[in-house]
Amino acid sequence: MTETKPATEVWITGIGLATSLGEGLDAHWDALNQHRINVDEKGFAPCVVHPLAPLNLDTQIPKKGDQRQMEAWQRIGTYAAGLALESAGVKGNAEILSRMDMVVAAGGGERDLAVDSNVLSLEAKGNSAPGFLNERLMSDLRPTLFLAQLSNLLAGNIAIVHGVTGSSRTFMGEEAAGVDATRIALARIAAGQSDIALIGGSQNGERKDLLVLYEFGGFNLKKKFAPVWARGESGGFALGSGGAFLVIESKAHAEARGAKPFARLVNVVADMARRKQAGDVRSTLEKLWAKLGKVGDKAAIITGATGAEPATSEEIAFLKAHPGLPVRATGTVLGHTMEAQFPLGLALAALSLSRGSLFPPDGKSALEVEMSQGPSQIVVIGTGHWRGEGMALVESVK
Amino acid sequence: MTATRDKFGRPIVVVTGMGVVTSLGAGKTDNWKKLTAGESGIRTITRFPTDGLKTTMAGTIDFIPVEPFSSTLLAERLGGLAAEEAIAQARIGTKGDFPGPLFLAVAPVEVEWPQRQELGRAIGSSTEINYDAMLRVSGGGRYTAYHRRFLFGSVADQLAETFGTKGSPISLSTACASGATAIQLGVEAIRRGEADATLCVATDGSVNPEGLVRFSLLSALSTHNDPPQAAARPFSKNRDGFVMAEGAGALVLESLEAATARGAKILGVVTGCGELADSFHRTRSSPDGKPIIGCVRNALADAGVTSEQIDYINAHGTGTPENDKMEYLGISSVFGERAQQIPVSSNKSMVGHTLSAAGAVEAIFSLLTLEHQRIPPTINYEVPDPAIPFDVVPNKARDARVTTVMSNSFGFGGQNASLVLTREPV
Repeated sequence: MTETKPATEVWITGIGLATSLGEGLDAHWDALNQHRINVDEKGFAPCVVHPLAPLNLDTQIPKKGDQRQMEAWQRIGTYAAGLALESAGVKGNAEILSRMDMVVAAGGGERDLAVDSNVLSLEAKGNSAPGFLNERLMSDLRPTLFLAQLSNLLAGNIAIVHGVTGSSRTFMGEEAAGVDATRIALARIAAGQSDIALIGGSQNGERKDLLVLYEFGGFNLKKKFAPVWARGESGGFALGSGGAFLVIESKAHAEARGAKPFARLVNVVADMARRKQAGDVRSTLEKLWAKLGKVGDKAAIITGATGAEPATSEEIAFLKAHPGLPVRATGTVLGHTMEAQFPLGLALAALSLSRGSLFPPDGKSALEVEMSQGPSQIVVIGTGHWRGEGMALVESVK
Repeated sequence: MTATRDKFGRPIVVVTGMGVVTSLGAGKTDNWKKLTAGESGIRTITRFPTDGLKTTMAGTIDFIPVEPFSSTLLAERLGGLAAEEAIAQARIGTKGDFPGPLFLAVAPVEVEWPQRQELGRAIGSSTEINYDAMLRVSGGGRYTAYHRRFLFGSVADQLAETFGTKGSPISLSTACASGATAIQLGVEAIRRGEADATLCVATDGSVNPEGLVRFSLLSALSTHNDPPQAAARPFSKNRDGFVMAEGAGALVLESLEAATARGAKILGVVTGCGELADSFHRTRSSPDGKPIIGCVRNALADAGVTSEQIDYINAHGTGTPENDKMEYLGISSVFGERAQQIPVSSNKSMVGHTLSAAGAVEAIFSLLTLEHQRIPPTINYEVPDPAIPFDVVPNKARDARVTTVMSNSFGFGGQNASLVLTREPV
């Protein structure tokens, strides 16, 4: 078999960011350069979270009815997707949107905490008749809550609010979903199966039901914030609220419509180490690095390292084996956005390349050194807190 | 060489292994026998109390023990069974070493009521029970297994480990079109030359109290509880909703070239896939039918066939008033007068709606239709709906010459996906 991939160049032409640091590219660039971090140690104590900065939802989700039909994770994602379309200059362009592909990395939506708490409280008081749970759920659950919880309804809402309808695919599976959404969208464009795609994900990190899930595994950062590199032996991640979306398209498609690139998306590679032995994550990252493409000396690394152990320690070992490349950690500045981790890293990489400089280091870790010259390449790393490893190579377009 | 490529120059994608589990039973043989005998797998729910519920029947799978029960564990078991059957038939790779990636259609995973109730008991009755209290008792390693179990990627993780699939396994949801999307992703990977073989699995075990309540609150479910076998009535005038069901389907897809080279038996061809999203409403199709029409046309175009070549449609056919009406509108817009002549049957009349699994389960039944040249019926068809003049193959299976099948899947969130399946490359 002689399979040679057509050399279709793929550009990142739109970036949408809505996070704990605000919304839009300028707000993020300024905050990152001013070392601002928005962290809440009290609201979800003992867990530390990065709360969403206030958004003016009406600007991207004009109908109140649409806003009401969504839970926070969907509103954040739909908002960030709108920003990405706007940034790419395709917002409202029905011709392009009707053939734009969409791959969304999604978790699921918020539970109704009051309903759950009430059921459990009543059960604790002896309400154990058969059908008690059924009756409570039938009468207490908001009929449309299910739609705000369904994973594929983030994509569904983006289709409804922004009109992206070429295709709609939702990938699940925590961090890996974000890597694979990007990987598949890129592969389809590179192979001529698609011209333009919207990819991304979002998370509402200010959710006690989600904190419970991660507390089962002992993953929540407690009490005091620290950079991901300095979270001690037990480690932990601070969930971050936020959405990150990108518009990627073939260079030819972008040029035909006069769109300017933020950066070139060269390659995305992914794997899933079984993580049965110490060193599995590190050796998988090495393999991905070897497959990624040529990384020159004007390169930097933006990682979504979560702070969770042992994954982050293994990633540190990997990074130390590749000295000389300045590292930045999105987990420190924006928290762990789970499914959005990788799109968020890509967004900051493309933003940095387009602004001709890397944002400053956290000032504490030996990995995060100053970068005096602008990077020409950025490697984005997404290591899952429990499973999944991914890497992307992003380059500046001269 | 040319014979292994389709008319667009892409590698031809064939099916070399299939596995299926539904409320009718485990395995292709049992399912096909019952499906063509017009048997229903729908029964009264005994898994949990149904007091207070409007719908008390479903296509549950109770013949596979899952203890303690969780929908996610059941989905994993069903997916595993189907994959095992598919891989055994394909005789590909070695045990635990499948030579390609996994694409898994799976319902969104979440912590379920038994676990939540366990936390409630751990908190005790002396303090108020809320999520702060739940958070306090969740840590310390007592429930580590629940973290692994209720991650969205957990089912794919387990299946990838069991079958030794390669690379990062993809878990996907396009609601009730998920099964078709899993196949589509596999087809695309082979066409890109990324893989010679893919394992496409779709599974659903969602019949639990909240699962049922959710669809019930959206008025999507049939309430024809008695007798349960007669509840699912696709295309009938007296249809009143779908019937939730569990099941799994798995397909081994390969490039024709790779399959031929290793001497594999070819069961059918995935000739084309189409999709198109609907931006009209979260649960309803656009009234003009355009997204369904576009999806069907995309599938025909991708397959390089015309509507005249389709000689059987395996319908989405859920039995909700809305779906069946819209499906007729979509099909008749594309197929014109032929829409009333082509046999169009709904497997869901017998196995219920297997949700995330449906697209794959029905693709397998479509391939079995091609293999046996026999079309499974739409049962419970007693009162025709004059607004839907399909030939629904009412109540009895029919022998027919079938060369090209279209299988449709539509889902909440504006999801539409269609597959074109053939016996031979076209």
